[in-house]
Amino acid sequence: MVSIEGLYKKFGKNHVLSGLDLNINNGGIFAVLGPNGSGKTTLIKSILGMVIPDKGVIHVLGENIKKNPEYRHKIDYLPQIANFPSNLKVKELIKMIKDLRQYTNEEDRLIELFKLTPFLDKKLGNLSGGTKQKVNIVLTFMFNSPLIILDEPTTGLDPISLIRLKDLIQTEKAKGKTILITSHIMSFVEEVSDEIVFLLEGKIYFKGSISELKTKTNQPDFEHAIASILTDNHA
Amino acid sequence: MLKILKYSFFDLMRSRWSYVYFAFYLLLGIVLLFLNNDLSKAVITLMNVIIVLVPLIGTIFGVMYYYNSKEFTELLLAQPLKRSSIFLGQYLGVALSLSISLILGLGIPFVFYGLFESSAIWDFSLLLITGTFLTLIFTALAFNIALSNENKIKGFGYAILLWLFLAIIYDGLFLMTLIMFEEYPLDKLSLVGTMLNPIDLSRTLILLKLDISALLGYTGAVFKQFFGTNFGLVISFVMLTIWVILPVLRIVFKSKKKDF
Repeated sequence: MVSIEGLYKKFGKNHVLSGLDLNINNGGIFAVLGPNGSGKTTLIKSILGMVIPDKGVIHVLGENIKKNPEYRHKIDYLPQIANFPSNLKVKELIKMIKDLRQYTNEEDRLIELFKLTPFLDKKLGNLSGGTKQKVNIVLTFMFNSPLIILDEPTTGLDPISLIRLKDLIQTEKAKGKTILITSHIMSFVEEVSDEIVFLLEGKIYFKGSISELKTKTNQPDFEHAIASILTDNHA
Repeated sequence: MLKILKYSFFDLMRSRWSYVYFAFYLLLGIVLLFLNNDLSKAVITLMNVIIVLVPLIGTIFGVMYYYNSKEFTELLLAQPLKRSSIFLGQYLGVALSLSISLILGLGIPFVFYGLFESSAIWDFSLLLITGTFLTLIFTALAFNIALSNENKIKGFGYAILLWLFLAIIYDGLFLMTLIMFEEYPLDKLSLVGTMLNPIDLSRTLILLKLDISALLGYTGAVFKQFFGTNFGLVISFVMLTIWVILPVLRIVFKSKKKDF
């Protein structure tokens, strides 16, 4: 699905990614973890073509992403902070994104699911953080793309919406899609992900299932396993 | 690109600032006509205002729009769109909405005053054409500055400096060189110097069309010989077009390499 070879990226003197190799197979939920500043968002933005790597090759569904932007038709991306043009109404934003991408009628179901109907005529600038995030989720899931990338999807969500989001992620997984998630909420990661990718200092430190990680670090639970990696590496 | 242009354009058309800008020109046109009571005279006064104000507004608006629509841009970047079409679409959206405010704001009072029966129509059209060119040029320059500077304050600073340089400082330096080298024949040099600054170029172009070049002395005569002919007019428009194309090319080039 996604293959990355020798990815390097630095911002000024700060080497964010240094020779990262990663292969993500078809189907399943992958969590990208790592301490702050380990390059999670940079990795995701490189896959999306928003950050241009200094070195390295990225293939998404067998296509080299350097060649054309069309491969983004196959990716649904949920950005970390939902900042939308503030003088646009929710309805107009949804219509605009549909116009820019392709036809879909999934949005009604999602709007219903996240109870967004009363907000459709409100301007995005007047919405609360959690409601914006729900709009963000609707925009991401309304297209039926084989690869879904979620950057901190749980930010600002209330417990009910969180449950709905988890259900949504599981439904998409059942359709055979590949889902890439970054999150700092370990319980969320433990609950949803099949495999984790742990980034440390711009490289992949660990890739495998959660149980493998527990054995590797000799820790009984996931949260402590992650913490032990961080303390062992003085990060 | 057209879709982005459409959304940027409507976004701006809905914002208060386009109306303020439009209302300002409307008022300016009406007041000048009322005070001058004569179309040609109003055109001259208007020129002085336009030459300075249009670049300033283009610069400020361009920088402001770029920084304000950062979120929108990031949203677009994750969609299957080419980077060049995102940025060119936004640029054209800003430049066109500004140009339309200018053309309509000034056009409406002049048309009602009887522009079409007057001989000033060509001078007035030239004024609007150069105004549009200046909008295109300075919005493009502003986008360049904003693309190269993540820091808003720095971006605004550079944009204002650029305007100040081209609108005022350039003329001062130009004049000083002319005085320093006054023993030498300077007509060619001053012609080139004028060509290299879009504001000066527009001013000279309009002044000479208005037939008040007698005020300009010997150099004025040389200028008249050059700009007054069709050849000079064509060269001037070619220069203005180059002034649009170069910054636009840099927008395309720079946006391809930028990280978001």
